[in-house]
Amino acid sequence: MSPAPLLICEHCDTVYRRISLARGQVACCARCHFVLERHHRLSANGLLALTATAMVVFIQANTWPIITLGLNGQQSSATLWGTIIAMWQQHAQIVSVLVAATLFFFPLMKMLLFGWVFWFARRGERGPGFRGVMIVLHYLRPWTMSEVFMLGVLVAIVKARAYFEVTADPGVFAYAALTVLITVFAGVDFRQLWDVTAERKP
Amino acid sequence: MSKLPRAAELGLIRCHVCALVCRDTQAPGAACPRCGARLHRRKSASYSRTAALLLAAFILYIPANLLPIMRTASIGEVDDNTIISGVVELWVKGAPDLAIIVFTASIMVPMLKFLVLGLLLVCGKCGSNWAQHQRARLYRLVEFVGYWSMLDVFVVALLTALVRFSVFSSVEPLPGVVFFGLTVVLTMLASMSFDPRLIWDCGCDDE
Ligand SMILES: [Zn+2]
Repeated sequence: MSPAPLLICEHCDTVYRRISLARGQVACCARCHFVLERHHRLSANGLLALTATAMVVFIQANTWPIITLGLNGQQSSATLWGTIIAMWQQHAQIVSVLVAATLFFFPLMKMLLFGWVFWFARRGERGPGFRGVMIVLHYLRPWTMSEVFMLGVLVAIVKARAYFEVTADPGVFAYAALTVLITVFAGVDFRQLWDVTAERKP
Repeated sequence: MSKLPRAAELGLIRCHVCALVCRDTQAPGAACPRCGARLHRRKSASYSRTAALLLAAFILYIPANLLPIMRTASIGEVDDNTIISGVVELWVKGAPDLAIIVFTASIMVPMLKFLVLGLLLVCGKCGSNWAQHQRARLYRLVEFVGYWSMLDVFVVALLTALVRFSVFSSVEPLPGVVFFGLTVVLTMLASMSFDPRLIWDCGCDDE
């Protein structure tokens, strides 16, 4: 399926004739300089592998403890879910829900749904529920915040260091790896899947 | 440079979900043939929605800054921290680089959002084509940095979970952090409701 010949800038409504981009090229709007389109750097297979990697790292980031504090021989460590539960028990349920959504449920949904659409996109097909999945992905886009959490871990370590012995646990490194993967994903315009896939022949 | 045609002039609409270029049939409730989303020439009620969300965010931002966001307690000593006292503490404890990062994320970014979105709303309402390029760039900056303000909320949550040494040392969240979290969510919703195409709707000065 060949992509539509026209392209409209999301930020200023200017209409362009689509040109085919070479590797690494980016088309920018001549009026407002917003990015119109990027060349696909990765194939659907590559993206699927990346999603699977992110999934593994995400599981580790969520099950391994992130930081351990020590005070007079006592130890205390926290995982992401420990954090969510602690906030709930300390009467900050709104914050608990925000943390659970932006750091656990939304990233998890995003990865599962990406996995689903990339799996079928390898053969240029659309899996069952493709339309709904793409709409959910569109609305989820701004609501995952693992990279902000990574920075939050660093700030928490520095703050705690003044009073406790602080040990960074493997969870921190899993989060660091996740942040790198998220940065790679940020350059992928998944909306191009609408152009490069077609409904399966019955 | 030849005049750049705009979708509205050519009778076209870009689907906001799947980016398909559709013909504008003028019919109310027309949907995108590819993804089924309702087609809008502009985000609906962009000015009033953005203004309402921004105002709500601003109202919550006041208690978020005035009320303490967390309490640290160790034997016989209770200390309530606000956002700004947390920044000062980092600075004094010898981490000025992190103090600057937290200051930027928790104080500069929300302020920037209020100023920039306020400016965009006023300029749009006046129909001004002043500094369109700079305004477009400011909008993109706000969209890009917006969610980093959650930093302080995550720090409080982590410390609450970590510092649990019964009477010797403990941390608990205070209402300020809830207000702050809600402020961040509302400012994000406000910047999403704003339609950047409105910047260019008052005549483009680039020809
Ligand atoms: Zn543009």
